[in-house]
Amino acid sequence: MRRIVVVGASAAGLAAAETLRREGYDGTLTLVGDEPLALYDRPPLSKQILAAEWEPERLALRTPDALAALNLDLRLGVAATGLEPADRTVELAHGSALPYDGLVIATGVRPRRLPGEGAHILRTLDDALTLRKRLTPGRRLVVVGAGFLGAEAAAVAWRLGCEVTLLEPAPVPLAHAVGMEVGKVLTNAHLERGVKLRCGVTVTEVTEDGVRLADGEVIEADEVLVAVGSLPNTEWLAGSGLTVGDGVVCDEYCAAAPNVYAAGDVARWYNPLFGTSMRIEHRTTAAEQGMAAARNLLRPEAGKPFAPVPYFWSDQYDMKIQAYGYLRGHDEVALVEGDLAERKFVAAYRTGDRVTGALAVGMPPKAIRQWRQAIATGAAWHDSVRTTVTAVES
Amino acid sequence: MKVELEADKCVASGQCVLAAMDVFDQDDDGIAILLEEQVGDDRLDDVKEAIAVCPAAAIRLVEQ
Repeated sequence: MRRIVVVGASAAGLAAAETLRREGYDGTLTLVGDEPLALYDRPPLSKQILAAEWEPERLALRTPDALAALNLDLRLGVAATGLEPADRTVELAHGSALPYDGLVIATGVRPRRLPGEGAHILRTLDDALTLRKRLTPGRRLVVVGAGFLGAEAAAVAWRLGCEVTLLEPAPVPLAHAVGMEVGKVLTNAHLERGVKLRCGVTVTEVTEDGVRLADGEVIEADEVLVAVGSLPNTEWLAGSGLTVGDGVVCDEYCAAAPNVYAAGDVARWYNPLFGTSMRIEHRTTAAEQGMAAARNLLRPEAGKPFAPVPYFWSDQYDMKIQAYGYLRGHDEVALVEGDLAERKFVAAYRTGDRVTGALAVGMPPKAIRQWRQAIATGAAWHDSVRTTVTAVES
Repeated sequence: MKVELEADKCVASGQCVLAAMDVFDQDDDGIAILLEEQVGDDRLDDVKEAIAVCPAAAIRLVEQ
């Protein structure tokens, strides 16, 4: 293999490129990114960058020296527009074509939008810097979507002195992801601080002076942030023959086609640890999957299934939330340590008869580490959850 | 090689500990601690793995 192309210059793409070099690949390595400024880290955008605690320089994923050592053919500010697996070429905007022997697709996701103009989104550094200029004391911010991203932004805006309203279609924010009771506990952190929360409302449109709900009511705001999930960037793969369905569909080796692998937010792969296909938008999965895809691309004959325990964290107010595993679709949540009301606890998640997830708030890291282990080994629920403090209905 | 850790960037994920348990640990708040600054060739792959999985890009290797 003499020519490898990695499309997508964020965490997953960088991890793939670094792993290829680390594993001894010394051919041409092209890294394509659609943002002119790339190779920066995204999690701080809704936290330290939005809060103006950090300046953009701190987001650099690697030092210039570390990047130079990779000897990349770096193509930034240019989007991939097409893929021809038969000819083994990636088409770029402006009409040029890149030949490849091996390809890693890491084109990520973009935020969903709502009809109407003028709303903020939060995905790129530009988005975060634009919003942060507007978050001045007394400013009325409406955040559409009380998921983790919306909740983090709301917490920052509250701290900056804004009047914040969170709008959420579900009856309890995050309930689908973390369960009803844990969702309520996390929600209380907003309510206690005077952040307004309206659940069960659907926003149909962004208007000049706020947002319009399905029943016609207008909620006035100076600024609107839309944080209602994201869409995988797969349009450029239309006509390529790859299977696309809420992400690039891959097998357990992250392979989408011979010599074509996918990694990060855009990849929907079969995770054998949980026996299901998943698409994970977590920073750590992006890096791990970039590494796994690169290794399997270089050595398909020694391919290893990608079977990670997903991990994510979220910072809101004084809460640090950490979770391991695959919490979606769980059957039961049990409080296994601490106290929900004090927002210091570990909750374990059951799917079928196995431990499939754990979420901790305000606990030392060692408290959750054993749960990561239980998830990684597919531990039986009844063996692991012996000391349930309170069973929590979800 | 020398390992550098920017502790105030650390988000307490503990991924570095999972990747290289004899090089990294976490304090009670979860913030990463460097157990060994100098790592030999035998530990390089694990440390590079830790650098790659660190969600905060808080770890660096410095050539000496």
